[in-house]
Amino acid sequence: MKHPLAPYLREEVLPGPFCPGCGHGLVLGALLRAIARRGHVDLRDFVFVSGIGCAAWIPSPHLRADSLHVAHGRAVPTAIGVKLRRPELNVVVVGGDGDIAGIGGNHLVHAARRNADLLVLMVNNLVYGMTGGQVGPTTPHGLPTSTTPYGNPERPLDAAAVVAAAGANYVARWTVAHGRPLEDALFKALGKRGFRFVEAVAQCPSRVGGRLRMEPGAFLRWMRDHSVPLSAGGEAKPGDGFVVGEYADRDEPGLAQSVAALRGQG
Amino acid sequence: MRPGRHFLSGNTALAEGALAAGVDFYAGYPITPSSEIMEHLARELPRRGGTFLQAEDEIASIFMLIGASWAGARALTATSGPGFSLMQEGLGIAIMTETPLVVVDVMRLGPGTGQASKAGQGDLMQARWGRHGDQHLVVYAPSSAQDCFDLGVRAVNTAERLRVPVVVLSDELVAHTWEEVVVPEVVERAERPLGPGLPFHSDDPRLPPPMPPLGQGHGVLMTGSTHDGRGVRFTSDPAVHRALVTRLADKVRLNAEDLAVVEEHGVEDAHVGMVAYGSAARAALAARDLLSREGLRLGVVVLKTLWPLPEGPIRALAERARAILVPELSLGQLVLDVERIAAGRCPVVGLPKVGGGVPLFPSEIAARAREVAG
Repeated sequence: MKHPLAPYLREEVLPGPFCPGCGHGLVLGALLRAIARRGHVDLRDFVFVSGIGCAAWIPSPHLRADSLHVAHGRAVPTAIGVKLRRPELNVVVVGGDGDIAGIGGNHLVHAARRNADLLVLMVNNLVYGMTGGQVGPTTPHGLPTSTTPYGNPERPLDAAAVVAAAGANYVARWTVAHGRPLEDALFKALGKRGFRFVEAVAQCPSRVGGRLRMEPGAFLRWMRDHSVPLSAGGEAKPGDGFVVGEYADRDEPGLAQSVAALRGQG
Repeated sequence: MRPGRHFLSGNTALAEGALAAGVDFYAGYPITPSSEIMEHLARELPRRGGTFLQAEDEIASIFMLIGASWAGARALTATSGPGFSLMQEGLGIAIMTETPLVVVDVMRLGPGTGQASKAGQGDLMQARWGRHGDQHLVVYAPSSAQDCFDLGVRAVNTAERLRVPVVVLSDELVAHTWEEVVVPEVVERAERPLGPGLPFHSDDPRLPPPMPPLGQGHGVLMTGSTHDGRGVRFTSDPAVHRALVTRLADKVRLNAEDLAVVEEHGVEDAHVGMVAYGSAARAALAARDLLSREGLRLGVVVLKTLWPLPEGPIRALAERARAILVPELSLGQLVLDVERIAAGRCPVVGLPKVGGGVPLFPSEIAARAREVAG
């Protein structure tokens, strides 16, 4: 019997490249289950765009879909180009925290400001994983990494709060320890127009877990136990945990619609 | 713009050439001395059903072009030195992914932010070699408003036909000079290769592989990393990398003859030869007129393709002339190629000028030509 999500995957390129215990498989599963729940029997109407980093390999080449795999940080503007030319397609960006919120941070903020009609799935593994576990824009304060051996002296970026403030239609953060809420957030985001941002905090057993001496199961429990619901009004201190929940849920017109409205002017 | 005679600046002529060639997508960031191209297309594209977007920076601009091009658009952007530097990243990805698009660089003075709206020709080597890695693309250079229109059309068609990014290397003097432009009755529109076959493989390296459009169930796999004919990433196979990089370079190099646009003025009986492009070529042609009254015959090769460099006309000139003079509004970049191509057949003399906004004057080119002629 085939796995129910097999039709969405290029089985010829499996198994994937991810380390044992990596959280990216949980993210991929949540995304594909959300797509299946939306009634898409295949990915013909989707274009996946990604940049550089482990998470950028989630769609490319594993999904049986059109995928553009471009430079580090540049998935969001590439996706905007696709969407403006082919507004009928569902354009989804998948990338890591360094890719989306670090080197691509300016593009992220402006895409949210424009309410560009994309779903951006940011997998936050707390570090630059592919390059060896260096500190990233979302690394908790105090966490030791390969370039902060004495602990991260900086504060992390609250990407979800920034994107919500910039005007995105939908913003949520969950961890992969919250499988169902994460899938529900993606399901909801897929049904909306405008800019949609879902952050999935995920374990990196190789680059973070190893350093913290946490095997993947313990890492998952740590993320679950250190999550604070946004609805509880709680604000986790940097390094102490992850705020989870919905940061924005609006229904403003998206960029594709407002650009299309210019046609025939002049 | 209707066929016939028009009075246009180089920048407006370039924007009109792009429209005539079917450009329907522009994303850019304002920068002098290129902004008129953007402003013209901001007005014209929406009412023709096209798409215009002002991006947050030049990096975003070129990646928006890459996305739009894969989605089927004929895409163009315009910038100048500092923005062109930022676009090198996207140009490298466009070369590797065989994405048709056009970047206009209206040269100003650098390095750094230099002088913003003053003419220079310092970006020649950057246009050719600005990306990391082994790569080739196509560079055209207009020297008049008519060239801006014609090469605007040609750049779009070359990009589509060969699946290669094309740079149009204009300069501030060409961009802001108003001249007559004749718009032809019929403007050619070349189409990108479609049809069956692997999207990143071609048995004949001169021919680009077919480019499948998005959203039609082709399962397009596009990556800026090393890939095989299907588009599947291979990041540690020497044979796959060698084959890909060689084919991409050969696609440009082996088409050099078809890509060459050159004007030759009096090269058959020249005493002194000259090789120039852009605004420097206009000064060279004016110097030729000045000297012809004195009986000194100047043969001028005006290069309108700067890469791949049309070597034949330069070699032929080196065989005939006593010496070749290379006037450039820079410290001298084209002169290095002319020396290489002349290969000792005749002396090659550079005439570099860091103008700081002051152009090359016909009188100074003529004076140097008299000295060289002896």
